[in-house]
Amino acid sequence: MTSSLQTLFIVGATSAIAEAVARRHAARGGRLHLAARNGERLESLARDLKIRGAAEVSWTTFDAADFDSYPALVDGAWQRLGQVDGVLIAHGTLPSQPECENDWQLARDALLVNGLSPMLLAQQIAHRLAAQKNGVLAVISSVAGDRGRQSNYVYGAAKGGLSVFLQGLRNRYFAQGVGVLTVKPGFVDTPMTAAFPKGPLWASPERVAADILAAMERGQDVLYTPWFWRAIMLVIRSIPERVFKRLSL
Amino acid sequence: MKLSGWGRCPVVEAQVLAPDTLAVMRRDVADSDAFIARGLGRSYGDSALAPVVLSALRLDRLLAFDDETGELECEAGVSLDTLLKVFVPKGWFLPVTPGTSFVSVGGAVASDVHGKNHHGAGSFSAHVLGLKMLLGNGEVLDCDRTSHADLFRATCGGMGLTGIILAVRLRLQRIASAWMRTTTLKANNLDDALDLFEARRDATYSVAWIDCLARGRALGRSLLMLGEHDAKGELADTADHIRSVPVDFPAGLLNRYSVAAFNTLYYHRQLRREVDGRSHFRPYFYPLDGIRDWNRLYGKPGFLQYQCVLPAQSGREGMKLLLETIAQAGEGSFLAVLKIFGPGNDNPLSFPMAGPTLALDFRNTPKVRELLERLDAIVLDHGGRLYLTKDARMSAATFKRGYPRWEEMAQVRTRHHAERIASLQSRRLEIP
Repeated sequence: MTSSLQTLFIVGATSAIAEAVARRHAARGGRLHLAARNGERLESLARDLKIRGAAEVSWTTFDAADFDSYPALVDGAWQRLGQVDGVLIAHGTLPSQPECENDWQLARDALLVNGLSPMLLAQQIAHRLAAQKNGVLAVISSVAGDRGRQSNYVYGAAKGGLSVFLQGLRNRYFAQGVGVLTVKPGFVDTPMTAAFPKGPLWASPERVAADILAAMERGQDVLYTPWFWRAIMLVIRSIPERVFKRLSL
Repeated sequence: MKLSGWGRCPVVEAQVLAPDTLAVMRRDVADSDAFIARGLGRSYGDSALAPVVLSALRLDRLLAFDDETGELECEAGVSLDTLLKVFVPKGWFLPVTPGTSFVSVGGAVASDVHGKNHHGAGSFSAHVLGLKMLLGNGEVLDCDRTSHADLFRATCGGMGLTGIILAVRLRLQRIASAWMRTTTLKANNLDDALDLFEARRDATYSVAWIDCLARGRALGRSLLMLGEHDAKGELADTADHIRSVPVDFPAGLLNRYSVAAFNTLYYHRQLRREVDGRSHFRPYFYPLDGIRDWNRLYGKPGFLQYQCVLPAQSGREGMKLLLETIAQAGEGSFLAVLKIFGPGNDNPLSFPMAGPTLALDFRNTPKVRELLERLDAIVLDHGGRLYLTKDARMSAATFKRGYPRWEEMAQVRTRHHAERIASLQSRRLEIP
């Protein structure tokens, strides 16, 4: 294996994008430690990755709402892998915006799991990476965090806050040799629609996964995936607010 | 959403669910009035279409592999392409493969697909050791050749009509290299081609490209392509750059003149009777996988595939009649493929039987549909049948004459609670 990433720790490992990243890493003989909510799915994922060529796969269950468990989660990854070359934080939910507007508890949970949770986890992981003086932390944010829109501003606010947090983290740990990658995927094709000719804006989880691993290896800061989302979001961000507020986006 | 098979006709409105766990799949099965499972949607017609379509694509994990025996267990939504990517570098290959790697393992079982090695290796199910099924009543059942053998046999080739295939146990074959040694033989006409198949029956892989517009003494002129796994060469699976067909081509682009011109050039590209070569397995087995969405070459109306098999005794005469009828009609088939199958198997709806098989594709026009009716009559007169995976149009009567054991299928369905499992095809063919 020639990659700079030999060992990978993935949180939210059973999400479509994370699983695609894990499979790519497995195919080149890497070592992995996985965390996600559902143990049954983790177990079958771990077996799958071993057959695909992973040198070693371990896993643990993880509840994003249980902030107290984070230190043990991070300790566990370092115990399993020794040195951690790369970390991917990929857990999250896609809440229904209208429901969040009517149910503050739902909105709170969405903000916690998509915003606060990855921030707190990223902080603890960056600290550990700094202690070993190298490593890359990639966190999945979203293009939805680039501008608040009526169709998903609860999710967007969580991701937007996360993106800002990661900017700070990148700045904070740069001198310690830690890379922080903010991943902003656009529309990702789920298997549900796999059989269809897609509009050009859609990308497969495999494509997104390949972009993420390449960006981690390059030490990139912000990744729009696929690449054209950078241009799309530039346009979206540059529309004056007094025009933007009238649009149904 | 709008959904179709690979032939792009018919197109129907369907609700597509993609459960990612058994529990969710079970709930979807309980909640649906009429449903069918679907893999990568490479069957051509209406066999994976229904009001509710349950996609198996999120069930795509490898479950177990024994690198001594090549025995693999995987979920039904894993593609053959994935298996090749994972296992070719380890020195293993699919025991049987169809002409595209973009089919799911579950789909390969449901269609009981065949390949260029059918005469020696049989169809896909010959290498399947067992299945895990979700029945229409929510029960999960393991079946194989000894336990629930009726369900196993009816599921192999059963077009998804017995239940949902969750996982498949199969045996891969060992290879020493990812490369193939090939031999291409030029056959002057149909008799010549069939004789060559006989003479070269020891070849592991054999298939013929046939010029179905040639007439008279050249009727059935072909290029017979033989292949063996090479003992030498590396195992790397070079996943080539994939080109895609960006837009629907104009519907008339593939017509009798363009196809005739192509066929003449293709046939005469080889001057000698026999030419040896070497090829990576990807272009050898999957020439069209290099062009994504090649089905758009036929334009908006889509296209019709037609594959028939005739029993060995009447095969030569029947094939001649079929080719004459096609050549007379002047309907160009861009892809025409001839092969001789080995013996069939004991599955009630599996397609292959010992004898010649011919696969064609046509534009979807009323004139072609009328031609295909005439071909149906010839096929039935000679004791043959049509491949369900490629069918979008045959009548219930044609089906029942070609597959006299269809009632066994109906009984298995009753025994295993498959009342609500139905595709547009199974309705059209009146499979109870």
